[in-house]
Amino acid sequence: MNSSAITVILSATIIAGTPILFAALGEILTERAGVLNLGVEGMMLVGAVAGFSTAVLTGSPWLGLISAMLAGGTMALIHGFLAISLRSSQVVSGLALTIFGTGLSGFLGKRYIGVSLKAPFVKIGIPLLKDLPFLGPVFFRHDAMVYISFLLVPVIWYYINRTRPGLNLKAVGENPSAADAAGINVFRTQYLHVFLGGALAGLGGAYLSLAYAPSWLENMTAGRGWIAVALVIFAAWDPLKALLGSYIFGGLDILGFRLQVLGVMVPSFFLKMLPYLFTVLVLVISTSRRSKYVWSGPGSLTKPYYREDR
Amino acid sequence: MKKRTVIVLIALVLVMALAVSGCTPKEQPAANGQDGAKEEKIKVGFIYVGPVGDAGWTYAHDAGRRYLEEHLNVETTYIESVPEGADAERVLTQLAEEGNKIIFATSFGYMDPVINVAKKYPDVIFMHCSGYKTADNVGTYFGRIYQPRYLSGIAAGYKTKSNTIGYVAAFPIPEVIRGINAFTLGVRSVNPDAKVKVVWTNTWYDPAAEKDAAISLLEAGADVIAQHQDTPGPQQAAQEKGAFSVGYNTDMKQFAPQAYLTAPVWNWGPYYVEVVKSVMEGTWKSEQYWGGMADNIVDLAPLTELVDEEAKKAIEEKKQEIINGTFKVFRGPIKDQKGELKVKEGEEMTDAEMLQFDWFVEGVEGTI
Repeated sequence: MNSSAITVILSATIIAGTPILFAALGEILTERAGVLNLGVEGMMLVGAVAGFSTAVLTGSPWLGLISAMLAGGTMALIHGFLAISLRSSQVVSGLALTIFGTGLSGFLGKRYIGVSLKAPFVKIGIPLLKDLPFLGPVFFRHDAMVYISFLLVPVIWYYINRTRPGLNLKAVGENPSAADAAGINVFRTQYLHVFLGGALAGLGGAYLSLAYAPSWLENMTAGRGWIAVALVIFAAWDPLKALLGSYIFGGLDILGFRLQVLGVMVPSFFLKMLPYLFTVLVLVISTSRRSKYVWSGPGSLTKPYYREDR
Repeated sequence: MKKRTVIVLIALVLVMALAVSGCTPKEQPAANGQDGAKEEKIKVGFIYVGPVGDAGWTYAHDAGRRYLEEHLNVETTYIESVPEGADAERVLTQLAEEGNKIIFATSFGYMDPVINVAKKYPDVIFMHCSGYKTADNVGTYFGRIYQPRYLSGIAAGYKTKSNTIGYVAAFPIPEVIRGINAFTLGVRSVNPDAKVKVVWTNTWYDPAAEKDAAISLLEAGADVIAQHQDTPGPQQAAQEKGAFSVGYNTDMKQFAPQAYLTAPVWNWGPYYVEVVKSVMEGTWKSEQYWGGMADNIVDLAPLTELVDEEAKKAIEEKKQEIINGTFKVFRGPIKDQKGELKVKEGEEMTDAEMLQFDWFVEGVEGTI
């Protein structure tokens, strides 16, 4: 295999990893606030269909993108209301959100099946950078949404680790009573980040319907939302590791067809299984007592916060 | 309190926006019989595996249904996106209960459900597309799409510069394998050095996966992409990479005008009219219909200006020979991938052999 073949594969890997990356970054923000949202798949689907329908009706992929974020965020607020205000089980509520989102998106998207998008996101090379040897074709010849994902990773990392609202977020996720006592508005922090998480999941869905496919198909996320949930654990709630993880999982996604072309017969079902297998392994390693590495989530994850119990 | 009200309001607005964006008017599939209608229309039902807007397989069948409505005084109903399996049996029963006299089941996987439901409704005639099981009130029908596929292979064979043609294929079943073989024979009839690389997607309908499969073939050096898939995904991939493409099912020119050469297409309308007429006249008999280009049930979509003059001439010539029966696609000598002679000089494959294709001809790169 020559070097150009490698750059093509790496470039395809980044494209395949991008929707997972958006969703995983969103889920990191949500879980950092102590809320587990298993509705990623549903929010992605609703984002995908909202983005696609808006882009078809208005002719602008950017408006589609905004609509996808709002739709994903709105879906997340349903979960927020149940999990934060009503203090219901986050697992049940998240699962319900996935099932609801799958049905809702199929219902809303029915008339958009087979419709072609006049103006999808197209690939734009970044001047100068795109001509770099090796790095150019791999990183700098994509569509605008990929570049947005590149920027989001450091921005979110900086936000969580170096800014005051980010530190407040971590405090809420670790110990909401202590955060509350320190004067942080726990509910507002949680709602805000649940919304942001949903908006990013919507963006991940919109990447599929506005840039990757670009078309709408029922259930088109095909489990990528679940991969994102698994990835958050894999990445130990760290945006930088999530970047790496998304590309590993994205790479596994595109590997199937490439191996077929090369004449290597690995069943595609086996490759589809690998991301989850990796996650199971990470869970096994991280929970074993001998593990020195701290691989645990925010302290209050999945625990509803009762202000009165403080 | 105020803040909460604002949040609730915003949420409401967003939900409304979402609902409105999904609420464009929808065409009613079949108007109910008017009260004033004097004679009772015969009712015909269709069950589709995909959505009618798929621009592919189901779209082609639905075009046939609309043709039927235009040409005969019948009332049609369709139910789309019905999964193959237990759901199909329920939907077929529903169509029979609603008084449909003829029901067209348009996917291979409806075979057993059709046979089961047909037993319960002996007065209803079932027509099953692409299957092989029949009964007194169940007939099967299909088209020799491999004939126009062979012709589309000629167009691809002339077009390729790299002598590598990519073929995005759904499932390794005889129908798809037959198509790949016919296409490859067409390619190599004009370009003996060319090879056809095959990638399996294991899906009939998935725009993203089909496109990605096409991209993997383009990366491997293919400069023409053909497909046995139901979406224009592979066509779009070819256009993005500056390659050429051969579609399937319907004329897919609008999806990739800078890449698209032609496509083997279905033309179900006239056949549907014929079947319904024969039922109305009482001459219908259960049979296994397998029509070809001569019957006009399959055809090659108009060649675009991207097809070379030389190729156009060759295709037109072969098309006439296929229609008048002097040329048969699977006539020997045909070798398999290993170079072993499978069909001897002058021999022709029988329909039974073609329906059980489980080997690739010489020139195909891929495994079954």
